[in-house]
Amino acid sequence: MAVEQAQILRPETLVNQFKENGVTHVLTIPDSETNYLYELMEQQDWLDIVPVAREGETFGIALGLNVAGKTPVCLIQNTGMLESGDSLRGMALDAGFPLVMIVGYRGWTRRGIISDSAARYTEPFLHAFGINYYLVEYDADGDRITTAFEEARATKRPVAILIGDEYHGWNR
Amino acid sequence: MIESKDVFEAFAPYRGDAIVITTGTAGRPWVDISDRPRRDVSLGGAMGQTTSAAFGLALGLPDEKVILFDAEGALLMNLGVLATIAGKKPQNFYHFLLDNECYATTGGQPVPNSSEIDYGRLAGSAGYASNYNFDDLEDFRISVGEILNEDGPVFVAVKVVPEIENLPMGMRERRPGRSRPQMIADLRDELGIAAD
Repeated sequence: MAVEQAQILRPETLVNQFKENGVTHVLTIPDSETNYLYELMEQQDWLDIVPVAREGETFGIALGLNVAGKTPVCLIQNTGMLESGDSLRGMALDAGFPLVMIVGYRGWTRRGIISDSAARYTEPFLHAFGINYYLVEYDADGDRITTAFEEARATKRPVAILIGDEYHGWNR
Repeated sequence: MIESKDVFEAFAPYRGDAIVITTGTAGRPWVDISDRPRRDVSLGGAMGQTTSAAFGLALGLPDEKVILFDAEGALLMNLGVLATIAGKKPQNFYHFLLDNECYATTGGQPVPNSSEIDYGRLAGSAGYASNYNFDDLEDFRISVGEILNEDGPVFVAVKVVPEIENLPMGMRERRPGRSRPQMIADLRDELGIAAD
């Protein structure tokens, strides 16, 4: 049990990764799994939180912030990513700028059957859009976020981080 | 209703150094009127999301005045953005809406409840600092300068005459213009912002 607890993805890891990679704005809709992360982000004076009404907005806002020389991150759930297809296409992929999107992998599990269709369609959706992604499940996976930023900067494309720790780390 | 060209001509003397973003068929006359084209930028790409992108630009450039000429069909696709914008209270953001009550580019079919929506009140209820509705050119001409001296976010809805297009897409005249990447590069150069 102690080992499992140490492995759990901590919100501090996400925030540290954001800081190391020069993130200026987080564009987000809070969900039930990210409450503590939201509170932690709000405490950072170097970070501007932009709450949106629908996930598709995040890609348009990200484009505007990128033109202004800022470094935004989209922090959304996979359900919202599925809804955002045309915004992701027209405002991020076609515009061709570095963007890391942190996507809550609702319904995903490494063990057993995935019964939530939101999880079943998440990776096929990213494949269809040609968006590379990295799974972040445990705290030790945090460096993959920096990998995603490096890849986004090199390719001037969106890169996704799938947060596969739905039930543990962020809402404590 | 007002010709959109007349709206832009009334606005132009008060533009100053502001960054101007246009969208939709009603926004097209601006390219022939603007005297600061390197501060004009197209942030289209997904209908409804130009509003979000213009807001993002205003958020990222708090010392620059950012003026969006939006279209009502596009705004209706992303109406929640009014709350998003109002929530962040960007004092440098001026949100004009050119409302021709229809989808002009697809033949002029009406937008939902086209003639009854009060867009100014919608924005005001969402939390914009102030909001206006105009359907008379003289009223607009008298007011626009003062409106642009207010703190944003300000919302200005203007009823405009639709310029309906019915020709098949392949037969429509296309005017050459700067691409989106070129406009972004020009704006960044103008503002001294490094490329990605």
